[in-house]
Amino acid sequence: MNRLLWCTMDLNYSKEELAFRDEVSGWLADNLPADLRDKVARYAHLSRDDLLRWHQILAARGWIAPSWPQEWGGTGWNVVQRYIFDEACGYAGAPPLVPFGLLMCAPVLLKFGTEAQKQRFLPRIYRGEEFWCQGYSEPGSGSDLASLSTRAVQQGDHYVVNGQKTWTTLAHMADWIFCLVRTEARTERKQDGISFLLVDMKSPGITVRPLILMDGGHEVNEVFFDDVSVPVENLVHDEGKGWTVAKYLLGHERMNTARIGASQRELEKLTAFAAQQLHDGKPLTEDTRFRDKLSRVEVELMALSITNLRFLDQLREGRAPGAEVSMLKIKGTEIQQALAELMMQAVGPLAQPFSPVDGSVDFDDFTASLAPRYCNFRKTSIYAGSNEIQRNIIAKMALGL
Amino acid sequence: MNFDYNEEQQLLAASVKRFIDKDYTFEARRKIVGSSEGYSNAIWSTFAEIGLLGLPFSPDVGGYGGGAVDLMSVMEAIGEALIVEPYLSTVGLGAQFVARAGTHARQQAILPLVCGGKLKMAFAHTENGARYKLAHVSTRAKTTSAGYTISGEKRIVVHAPSADQLIVSARTSGGDTDPEGISVFAVDARAAGVSMAVYRTIDELRAADVTLNDVHVPADALLGEEAHGLALIEEVIDYATALLCAEAVGAIKYANDATLEYLKTRKQFGVAIGSFQALQHRMVDMVISGEQAKSMAGLACAKVDVATDPVERKRIVSAAKIKIADACRHVAQEAIQLHGGMGMSDELKISHTFRRLTMIAQQFGDADHHLERFAKTS
Repeated sequence: MNRLLWCTMDLNYSKEELAFRDEVSGWLADNLPADLRDKVARYAHLSRDDLLRWHQILAARGWIAPSWPQEWGGTGWNVVQRYIFDEACGYAGAPPLVPFGLLMCAPVLLKFGTEAQKQRFLPRIYRGEEFWCQGYSEPGSGSDLASLSTRAVQQGDHYVVNGQKTWTTLAHMADWIFCLVRTEARTERKQDGISFLLVDMKSPGITVRPLILMDGGHEVNEVFFDDVSVPVENLVHDEGKGWTVAKYLLGHERMNTARIGASQRELEKLTAFAAQQLHDGKPLTEDTRFRDKLSRVEVELMALSITNLRFLDQLREGRAPGAEVSMLKIKGTEIQQALAELMMQAVGPLAQPFSPVDGSVDFDDFTASLAPRYCNFRKTSIYAGSNEIQRNIIAKMALGL
Repeated sequence: MNFDYNEEQQLLAASVKRFIDKDYTFEARRKIVGSSEGYSNAIWSTFAEIGLLGLPFSPDVGGYGGGAVDLMSVMEAIGEALIVEPYLSTVGLGAQFVARAGTHARQQAILPLVCGGKLKMAFAHTENGARYKLAHVSTRAKTTSAGYTISGEKRIVVHAPSADQLIVSARTSGGDTDPEGISVFAVDARAAGVSMAVYRTIDELRAADVTLNDVHVPADALLGEEAHGLALIEEVIDYATALLCAEAVGAIKYANDATLEYLKTRKQFGVAIGSFQALQHRMVDMVISGEQAKSMAGLACAKVDVATDPVERKRIVSAAKIKIADACRHVAQEAIQLHGGMGMSDELKISHTFRRLTMIAQQFGDADHHLERFAKTS
């Protein structure tokens, strides 16, 4: 190995970047409400109010939408600063930011929206006044998203929408939904004839039905559209160009997909937690079999965080993110799943209790949340483009297979 | 060498299947799980009628004298249908203590009731901090003029809420983790001083933390020799573990069948997703895991009730549980992944099978625990 080449590789943040990280961490220590931090730490359910409260605290500081153009409230940070910020929030145990408005709808409006659409929606997204959800998946269209069949037919100054979306995360909390709909029935390519529509969730004809997941939680929904009227001014980009919009969105702003910060926090928590669990009268962390598994995850996470930095370094030069986002998603979710699994295994037989029958006293809710959380985290390798689809993307985009 | 079920075993398997198809559909099960009791007495009676409850017990108490291998098809069916009734707790654990170590009088008093569906049992053993270590017993039994007084706290006693009788481990001498000094008692679940904090488990069973506060039992409630109960506990837990392995085989079979069916019927990109080689190979690996699990479950069941040398028995049961735990985890995780979002939904049985498989992987010791025991007994 050429020594000179090695010397050009610097795995450390610059002095400025470190100062920025300290600034963010310091601010988080002072401004992340203890009750929200506690809820996240206890793996408790976060309400719409919880999510919006944290959103509004960040908005008041001017840090809610770092990647937006500065005229709309962006911070002007580069990709590394944005990454540092995201990971610091994750590491501090801040509630997650709901991405549908901030990181999905807004970038689409900024790229394709009319001035009127930007004025109407962006400030409300910024201030957390309107809660968004994403109308993509349908019962017959999951990984094969372009096969979607929800129909929108133009009648005068509005579209009439009929069909069904599914797995719609937080639709039961949402004020608005952005949807991919079919505006032209027969096209040569299934990707053609799709349009991107913004729909008010209060519109007559919309029904939201909860889909309960195997951990008993309600986070996703089915959304039914029955002759829902949508003004034509809510069409984003040209009619029939929705797939262009969808593809733009897919590649946009997902460099925090690895969730390094949150996983680092979970790893520390797992290590401390396992040290309190007894195995043969000694801390479980002294059991070599368990300790090896802990170490493996730690090493995986170390590798991923450096990989993430390498990709960021390339992006700093202005290149658009490509297949690396898929790698980060695959490895990031595998680590999250491994951590959730080890938390469950750490408590051994105590993982089995789920919920008291008669609200009996003394029920250990935290321990009882570990197995459901393990169950729930199976979703991470399925949602936002399953890990199989991510591998297809890498095979096609990066390897030319 | 013969790996097929004999005629009687096949008839039994067929009658269990008929019963499940008729009375234990997934929808019927959902109602049972959601009921206030969390199990069905009617189903329990049917178990008695078709002879499942007496299978392993001797004819002189109303049983059929079957070995663990004879119970395999029943356990597989229980796993496949996710039956929540206290079969393993009663037939595989509680009553085994009585059958193996009870006095003749106690056997005559208890086992006919078990065979007839009139008495359900549970094994109260696990304690805080014990993890999977069987010798960790801090519950104490003090000798009195009339028998014993038991005090202590037991955790995660599966099926305790439905039990008429609890088998309780308690220490008559020694320190909290000494192998010697543990005794085993039969305790009426409604005896004065027994209280329960009842909960649902992640795999939809009912369990309880059981507190015993100066519970008086007569001298003949002792099962086996005083202070030498650990070997008995290990023997019965190994027996139950072998049966649990067979239950896992059934649950894995369901997971594999359902996933294969989904691969064949779910269409994306204009074709069945089972046409993708990347998914085919994963399905194949699941099936291989299932076959390996089945082999080890059979081996374990063949070694737990004949007079096997305890060292040999422990080694085989641990080997089986290692393979079963790995297979449970592998098949359960892949089944959900290949089902995609549908696999996450409470509506589909596969997500319930996932939960049960996840718990079976840890029940009576996870793979790490059994790796350690396997290495030590080799």
